[in-house]
Amino acid sequence: MFANLTNGLDFQAKALLIRAERQRVIASNIANVDTPGYVGRDINFKDAMNEALGTSTSLSVSLSQPSSGNGIPSASNGTTNARHIPLQSQLGTLPGDGGPALGYTPVTQPAMDGNSVDIDRERANFVDNSVRYESTLRFINGTSKTILSAIQGQ
Amino acid sequence: MSMFSIFNVSGSAISSQSQRLNVVASNLANADAVAGPDGQGYKARQVIFETVPMGTEASAGVRVSAIKESNEPLKRVHNPGHPSADADGYVTQSNVNPVEEMVNMISASRSYQNNVEVMNTAKTLLLKTLQMGQ
Repeated sequence: MFANLTNGLDFQAKALLIRAERQRVIASNIANVDTPGYVGRDINFKDAMNEALGTSTSLSVSLSQPSSGNGIPSASNGTTNARHIPLQSQLGTLPGDGGPALGYTPVTQPAMDGNSVDIDRERANFVDNSVRYESTLRFINGTSKTILSAIQGQ
Repeated sequence: MSMFSIFNVSGSAISSQSQRLNVVASNLANADAVAGPDGQGYKARQVIFETVPMGTEASAGVRVSAIKESNEPLKRVHNPGHPSADADGYVTQSNVNPVEEMVNMISASRSYQNNVEVMNTAKTLLLKTLQMGQ
């Protein structure tokens, strides 16, 4: 039942993490706008989100299975007994250790020094990503307020 | 929290750009410097930027890897009355091109401003994240 309550939050939490990661990549591009030979990187939000959601369903399946039961805490869900409720710890985590897959930005105006960053596009991407990050935050706030008012029943 | 490393990335860019601005200031200050008795005048300096990986693939900072002197020939001005003039009446001056340096200065200050803006936005977003659920 609790999973039903936090499913919507989990979706937004993953979106927020990918937004934060993309913000970091764009900041790196802006920082390296004068570095010779630097190649601009970017994250395809749609692909990253698909990847995050696809892996999370298989993760929750493996989490709901009971652990080996030999008394050794299993690292995946923290349970030591078959009757323990496994931790739903995938909230706010992304699959893989390196974060979402990085792509390369298209080169619109090649530079003499081999730098592929277009500063105007990066600034636009940065502002766009900031607004989307904030809107995701608002969705999370709205969902949590809804859940809280449902709990309080007032 | 991954967004905190934006401060490191943009901070490295800000310090590199300010170093570039510093070099431009030295070049402009020495634009009219005359060569000393050894005949070696001031040579324009240029910073060389280099990418620094910061932990993950997603964050790449920048640093100044070297400050190189320009290879352009020193300016020679015919001025026989000058105390530093050689036997032919020529005075050797620095090889700084003030127009190039001004362009360099504008470029450095714009990049600096860009990175300050990035830091400010990251700070605002982090503060908003702190207020999540309130």
